[in-house]
Order: sequence, then C-alpha cells, then structure tokens
Amino acid sequence: MDQFTLNLLFVGASFALYIGIAVWARAGSTSEFYAAGRGVHPVTNGMATAADWMSAASFISMAGLIAFTGYDNSSFLMGWTGGYVLLALLLAPYLRKFGKFTVSEFIGDRFYSPTARLVAVICLIVASTTYVIGQMTGVGVAFGRFLEISNTSGLLIGACVVFAYAVFGGMKGVTYTQVAQYVVLIMAYTIPAVFISLQLTGMPIPALGLFSETTTTGGEGSVYLLQKLDQIVTDLGFASYTEAHKDNLNMVLFTLSLMIGTAGLPHVIMRFFTVPKVSDARWSAGWALVFIALLYLTAPAVGAMARLNITELMWPNGTNGEAVSVQTIESDERYDWMETWQKTGLLDWEDKNGDGKIQYYNDKSDAMAEKAAANGWEGNELTNFNRDILVLANPEIANLPGWVIGLVAAGGLAAALSTAAGLLLAISSAVSHDLVKGAINPSISEKGELLSARIAMAVAIGVATWLGLNPPGFAAQTVALAFGLAAASIFPALMMGIFSKRVNNVGAVAGMLSGLVFTLIYIFLHKGWFFVAGTNSFPDTVDGSLFGIQSTAIGAVGAIINFAVAYAVSMSTKDTPQEIKDLVESVRVPAGAGAAVDH
Amino acid sequence: MADQSLNTKAAEDGAGYWSANIRIIVVSLIIWAVVSFGFGILLRPAISGIEVGGTDLGFWFAQQGSIIVFLALIFFYAWRMNKLDREFGVEED
Repeated sequence: MDQFTLNLLFVGASFALYIGIAVWARAGSTSEFYAAGRGVHPVTNGMATAADWMSAASFISMAGLIAFTGYDNSSFLMGWTGGYVLLALLLAPYLRKFGKFTVSEFIGDRFYSPTARLVAVICLIVASTTYVIGQMTGVGVAFGRFLEISNTSGLLIGACVVFAYAVFGGMKGVTYTQVAQYVVLIMAYTIPAVFISLQLTGMPIPALGLFSETTTTGGEGSVYLLQKLDQIVTDLGFASYTEAHKDNLNMVLFTLSLMIGTAGLPHVIMRFFTVPKVSDARWSAGWALVFIALLYLTAPAVGAMARLNITELMWPNGTNGEAVSVQTIESDERYDWMETWQKTGLLDWEDKNGDGKIQYYNDKSDAMAEKAAANGWEGNELTNFNRDILVLANPEIANLPGWVIGLVAAGGLAAALSTAAGLLLAISSAVSHDLVKGAINPSISEKGELLSARIAMAVAIGVATWLGLNPPGFAAQTVALAFGLAAASIFPALMMGIFSKRVNNVGAVAGMLSGLVFTLIYIFLHKGWFFVAGTNSFPDTVDGSLFGIQSTAIGAVGAIINFAVAYAVSMSTKDTPQEIKDLVESVRVPAGAGAAVDH
Repeated sequence: MADQSLNTKAAEDGAGYWSANIRIIVVSLIIWAVVSFGFGILLRPAISGIEVGGTDLGFWFAQQGSIIVFLALIFFYAWRMNKLDREFGVEED
C-alpha cells in the first residue's frame, strides 16, 4: 500500500472515530454536553481541555521552531505551560464561583458596565482572529502534505473543511470527542518520538533521551546527544543549540506574554466555568497541564533529534566529509521525504555551484566564508526549509514505518481542525450574541442571530485564509501574537476584577483599551498593518524594533500598561458601589457555589 | 447583639481565609518565577556549573524542569486550598 493511501486511511479512520463518538454520546445521554456542567470528572475535563488547547501551534509548529534555534525558543515551552499556574491560582476557582458561562459576562457584571462587556468582546474577537490565522497556516501545511499538493491549494481546501467542521459544530461540545482527539493527537506525537529516541539514544522515553548519550559514537567514547548536536551545528556555522543568543529582556517578556496570554484566552478559561465544583476547577487545571505536559516534555526532544537527523542526512559522511549528492536525494528512498515535501513548496534545494552535491551550511557566518571559498561552495544549497513542516516530516526523516507517518498526519489534522473550529465558534458567538444581540440590535430574532453567527464565521475564516497565504510568521509565531493581545487586554481585567475591590468600570475600560491598542499598534508597526506584508514601519528584529522589544514579546508590556492605567484611572474616579464589593467578596469563597447558570 | 458578634466573627474569618490564600499564592508564584525566569533564563549563568546530560542545569529547567515544577505547584495549591476551605468552613456542600 502506498503512503498516500495509508495517510488517507488513518485520517479517515480518526474522523470516523470522532463522528462515531459524537453520535453515540448524543444518543446515550443529553448531559454529556460539557456545558451541562455535571458528570464530567476533573481528569476527563483536563484531557478535553488539553485537546482544545493544543493546536497547530503546539503540535505542528513548536518543535520545528525549537529545532532550528535551540535554547532561545524555550520560551514556548515555559510560556504555554506556566500560564496554567496563573490560571489555576489566580482565575479558575473564582470564575467558577461566579457561575456564568463567558469571560465577557464576568467583565460586564464585575465592572457593572455594558461598555466594559463590549470592550472585552472586541478584545476577544481581535485575539481569536489572530489565533485563527496561525491555525490556518498549520492547516495549509498539513493538508498540503497529506494531499500532496501545494501549500496554497492545501490552505484553500483546509479552509473549506474547517468551515464545514465549525458549522457542524455540535461535535465540538462533546467532551468525549475531545478525549478521543487528545488520544489520537498524543499518540501521533509520542510514538514517532519514541522510535527516534530509541534509534539515537537507546532510551524509550524521548524526554530522557534528550539528555542521554548517543548510541552511535563509533568507538570514540560516549557523547551526549546535545553535545553532538552542538558540535555538528557549529561545524556548519550555525549558532550552537544549547547556548543563549537572545537578550534576557526579550526572552523574559516573550515568556511572560505567553504565560499571561494563556490565562487570558477565552476558549481555555471557558472550560473552568463549567466543572461541577470550585475545588474541581483547581484540580482540573492541574489535570489539563498533566496531559499538556506529555506533549511539551516530548517536544524539545523531537526538535533536537530531528535537527540532528536532518543535518546527518545532508552530511552522511560527517560535517568534514562530502555533502549528500543530488543523485542520492533522487534515488535513495531515505530521501523520498524531500521530494514529497518539495511538492508543497515548503522545502527546496538547488545545486548552486553545480558540483552535483547539496551543501547545507550557514552562508551568513563569517567563519564559514573561508571554508566555502576553499571548497568552491556558493551559498547554502538547502534553500528552503519551512519550520512548520518539521514535526509532520519527522517520521519520514527518521525512516519510520508507513503507519507512523499516517498516524502523524491524522494527529496534525486533529490538532489544527479542532482548535480552528473551536475558535471560529467562539468568534461567531461573540459577534452574534454579545455584539449584535447584546449591543447593536437587542430585538433581533433567533433566526437573525443564527444568520449573523454564520456570516461572522464566514468572514473570519475568509480573512484568516487570505492572511494565511502570506502569514505574519510561522504558525506558532502568529499564535504567539494572539497570546500577546490576550495578555494585554483580558487577563489584567479578570485579575483586577477578583483581587481588587477598588478597580471600577471606568478604570477597567480604560485599562483594557490602552493595553489592547498599544499592543495591536506595536504589532502592526512591526508585522504590517492588519498583517499585510510590506506595510510595516520597523523590521521585526531586536535591533531594528521600536523599543528593542520584538512584537511577539510586547504583550507583557501591554499588560503592565493595562494594570497601571486601570489602577490610576480607578483611583481618580468614583469608588465601586457596595453591591460590587459584595460580589467580589462572594467570588472569593467557594461556599455557596451553585451550578453554572446560562444567561 | 448576638447577631452582630456573629457577623464580626464571620468577617474576621473571611479576611483570615483570604489573607491565608494570598500568602499561599505569593509563595507559589515566587517558586513559579524562580524556576522559569530565574533558573531557566536570568540565573542560568549562575548555575551553569551543574551539568545535566551533556548540558547545564539552566537548559534543563528551561526545557523540562520548569514544566515539572509548574505541575507540582498546581496540585499543591489545589490540595492546600481544599484543606484551607475546610479549616475555615467555607467549602462547598
């Protein structure tokens, strides 16, 4: 059976499984909808949250970004897990006690202002739309490879599937479908990693393999995997894998942005509104992180091992030997993956100096210029290696069996589709329910509300697809911008709403707006207005940027501005009324929490 | 009179519960910051002498260690708070 058929089989089977479970759960009992708020154990809820949370950014993109930069991108690992600590300690139990279903409702009630609610809705829509752009990038890569077509066609087909998936959206609400998605996703991520870890280090647990000795050291004594990797990448003029090359300020702010963004994104927070009890909200955050950590502890191993495998494939005789020949790439089956990925336009090579070999090295390194001149190299010949293909290509690079490759295709699609569809649902309900019905036209009919939801969904996916064709960055980088926006706008408002009785309606609105506007403008100045390439005023590098802070890290600064403005404005305006102080008091103690109520 | 003293006691208890909670949160967040921003980034040079599997301890904290500590922190907080709820009698029925 050829690989294409095998991929189709795995993807088809996994989708049949999700739909099957959705149908079974619906027929079995109506209370299985997670919004029903009963009967979902914290462990099950944690697993479903993990599936909801881990998107194309975590699954498809993150390990690739780590692979090609090493230590510097540890921010993704710490940021996207550390946010759960903030969520568990600062938000989840109190929002559960509050007992409504959406983030904007909490903000509207706590700050006793429809304006605050409206501003929160706008913040949520901006952050979620940016998030979907990142997901569409991942969807394009996954569909392009899986159907063996160009990235652009893959993106367009993927957009149609996501739209259909979101319209058929009832599935999304079934906790057990998400549990199945998590199982497929985590198997697809860890099984190839176990194989590769065994090949390279003899250690079956990839997280431990990363810090183990390599099996193939050719008699010259044992060498640690990371030492070997550092050696061969620096031999080729690349920055070392384990050392820091980024300034501390940017790394700290970037990590912090991702952390507070995690605790400010509506689709994650929402899950904690609906667990049965306040004490369960505390446990649920922990269980969610357990299931997320299974992937996040494996990801750095996947990145490092893939980088090692790729470099060794390009230099089969060692970095001082001959590079791989064009003929070998075309005939040897171990290099088949290069030809399949070339079809997507995300991987390419060119024999610039016509020596019949493909030299992969860092042609921007001064140290390599001499060696290149001596050997007649005319620049790096592995001309394009898109970071987002690494995880999906990984089992092929390591020459693993066909069924593993099919499994990874199914896992990647599950990750990208479920989160993209979930976000589209969140956007459409925010527009139709909170914006249109809540503010613009309260007397709208149910039919009209449904229609506006569909239109919002279509517009959002249209915009995301169009921007996904020329994305502002790799999937995880675009998603990081969405986290920055959530960090600067939503998280501070929620936290002050719980921990301060003094912050009032005017303060919260001023804080959210200043955080959002500052962050959004800073991002647009560096990434282009509305992410249209070429319209940026500053290059998005540390040295070229406005304040010496990269756009992905600016969310943390936006959050600080939000806190400061909200506090200053609140102190100089009227104190909060007594009933709001009572509301804050009641949110702070678990006793008396009823079931979550719908509005 | 009896009602009033009961109210005062409840208010004092409420304040005690909340300040105990704040103390636990502050300690947890200090640990949270030390393992990630500290050991993982800013203090990495200071602990670079400690070797772990071919690299230094700071690299391990940045890529794995901090995640494990985060997990421990959340479960500790859940356990400690559920205990605190019972001590102050504010747990759910």
